Amino acid sequence: MKNHLHTLKGAVVLALGLAAASATAQAGGEQYFPLQSYRVGPYAAGGTGFFGGFIDYLQYVNLKEGGVNGVKLTWSECETEYVVEKGVECYERLKKGLNGAPAAATNPLSVGIAYATLERSTADKLPLITINHGRTDSTDGSVFPYVFPLQLNPYSEVSAIINYIGQKSGGLAKLKGKKIAVLYHGSPYGKETNPILELLSKKYGFQLVSLEVPHPGNEQQSQWLTIRQQKPDWVILRGWGVMNPVALKTAQKTGYPADHIIGNIWSNSEEDAAPAGAAAKGFISITTHPSGTQFPVLQGIKKTVLDAGKGNLADAKRFGTVYYNLGVVNGILNVEAVRLAQAKFGKKPLTGEQVRWGFEHLHFDDKRLKEVGALGLLQPLQLSCADHEGGGAVRFQQWDGQQWKVISPWVQADRKLLRPIIEDSSHKYAKEKGITPRDCSKES
Amino acid sequence: MSFFMEVLLGGLLAGVMYSLVAIGFVLIYKASGVFNFAQGSMVLFAALTFVSLLERGLPFWLSFVISLLSMLLLALLLERLVLRHLVNRPPITLFMATLGLSYVVEGVAQALWGAQVHGLDLGIEDTPLELGGLMLSRFDLFAAGSAGLLVLLLSLLFNKTRIGLSLRAVADDQLAALAVGIRLQRMWVLVWAVAGLVGLVAGLLWGARLGVQFSLSLIVLKALPVLIIGGFTSIGGAIVGGLIVGASEKLAEVYLGPLLSGGIENWFPYVLALLFLLLRPAGLFGERAIERV
Repeated sequence: MKNHLHTLKGAVVLALGLAAASATAQAGGEQYFPLQSYRVGPYAAGGTGFFGGFIDYLQYVNLKEGGVNGVKLTWSECETEYVVEKGVECYERLKKGLNGAPAAATNPLSVGIAYATLERSTADKLPLITINHGRTDSTDGSVFPYVFPLQLNPYSEVSAIINYIGQKSGGLAKLKGKKIAVLYHGSPYGKETNPILELLSKKYGFQLVSLEVPHPGNEQQSQWLTIRQQKPDWVILRGWGVMNPVALKTAQKTGYPADHIIGNIWSNSEEDAAPAGAAAKGFISITTHPSGTQFPVLQGIKKTVLDAGKGNLADAKRFGTVYYNLGVVNGILNVEAVRLAQAKFGKKPLTGEQVRWGFEHLHFDDKRLKEVGALGLLQPLQLSCADHEGGGAVRFQQWDGQQWKVISPWVQADRKLLRPIIEDSSHKYAKEKGITPRDCSKES
Repeated sequence: MSFFMEVLLGGLLAGVMYSLVAIGFVLIYKASGVFNFAQGSMVLFAALTFVSLLERGLPFWLSFVISLLSMLLLALLLERLVLRHLVNRPPITLFMATLGLSYVVEGVAQALWGAQVHGLDLGIEDTPLELGGLMLSRFDLFAAGSAGLLVLLLSLLFNKTRIGLSLRAVADDQLAALAVGIRLQRMWVLVWAVAGLVGLVAGLLWGARLGVQFSLSLIVLKALPVLIIGGFTSIGGAIVGGLIVGASEKLAEVYLGPLLSGGIENWFPYVLALLFLLLRPAGLFGERAIERV
């Protein structure tokens, strides 16, 4: 018995020693991505798709290139269930890195968690990536050096939608006298764009009808009856989760045509349209990244990761869907930031502060997009100290009953109009918090 | 006037959908005095099982029967693993147990069938129907019909069968029922299974409306004011409570909403329920508790 115990003890010590050695060995050359993911709960469909795509891209870079310049990418997940408190807890748990590998950035894909960790991220010098969402005024990097609403902030989103409606009406001047309804989720996310829509309605002379749908949005009869009574020319759907298919079903029930409803960036996935069945046919939404698997980067992921049985998706049919592709796009942007930062700070694992520099110098033109196999998947964008959004353009897609079909070229938001509003808000924030904005002319 | 009528009728029909969920609560409360907070999770579990089987190529009725059997199995497990051990505990203990069960059932449902959103087509076209100048939803009319049929069947079960008689005896006085040889555990399994059937029907109708997804479990929040208004022990009360909640919340949203910056239909039914609690604590049709002091 004693011998057995001795052998067991020896084995445990050996195993612990090997584990420690392997952790140390990894720590020398790994860059860590802490993932505040959500795979259960009401928004799990979005979480599994997004984090599936993100992880598959990181895996792809490891398998294809051996990491970024030899620095392997590593990650671990912490389940948030999209709950803010859990998101903050996960942030605190993961921010210090993994086995000595430093954290590059956090990507919570949640407005609530992003707001709750915004100041911590700045204090910890860890970039907070809020791709296609988040606080609009964090576009101003002089006040928010560590926050990046990459590609599209909420103001740009609605501005691009109004520009598209203008195009469809024969020019922005023709918006005068039109009626546009916005059906928004009853949350800070849903309400964020209301002031901008009001501003745009005054600028272009259209009548705005704003209707709130209380969370989670599984009953919308009264809102859609009001829409039927008001007879708007277009309805902008600013939904999330279950609110989207219910909106489409109720629109059908009350006789409003789906092809005059334009979904925003969180109303644009297969999970938003498909559950509505026939009611969704013709529904239009914006996107920053089309669904589909034809892009070289997705083909590469399929060949290198999925076909090798190393994919992250539980349901392989979701490969190439909107949420998955957003995860891939997010992966491309994160990895590119690490790559750029390595060019400045050396080919080694980097601190969050160093990776932040990489994000701030992201520059994707057509040539670079082609090199990473994402031409057409990702819009050309360039970030800077002052501009943490970088793109501000969307395309429009239409649901044909089975899948999304892109129906427009890139439509740009009116960023010149929005910039002073963003700066007003960010400077107000700076004043409240006692922040001295960076002088971006002196940043390199 | 026709707009008012459309809002009113739409609200009444929506209220029937709330009643469907509330009936599941009433059944269990009537038979065991347990406020089953897990009813919403049971709706999710039933609908997710059904749609997952359907997507795997099983015919509609077979999927329905297997889902029903899964609800029976769930009822058996709940009785064996949880309820049996909590007999004679205070109501708050049983309530807390069902609160915990709610999370367990949600988690198991997602672990078994995944977190994906599923569309569910019951083959009922949901294009608007013009009746006397009013626009009504075909689907809502079908749902109202289904709820009516369900209430009829449950009334027959409770009033015209031996099982119903036993259930009523258990509801009236558990100790007396035990004394005359009624097997309490078996009755509990039965009533949880019937609540499972109600959950399945509610899950299919709500799932066809919302898509079968996690949010289905949140529809309990719509059932709570219905129960407070209608009473916790009356199936008829659940129907009337549902109609009151549905109609009043829609009318409030349309006519009061603009004055209160909108989005009031989530909390308005609770204001109404609070008023009922103050004026008629047992609800419209609930049994008044009479205690000897």
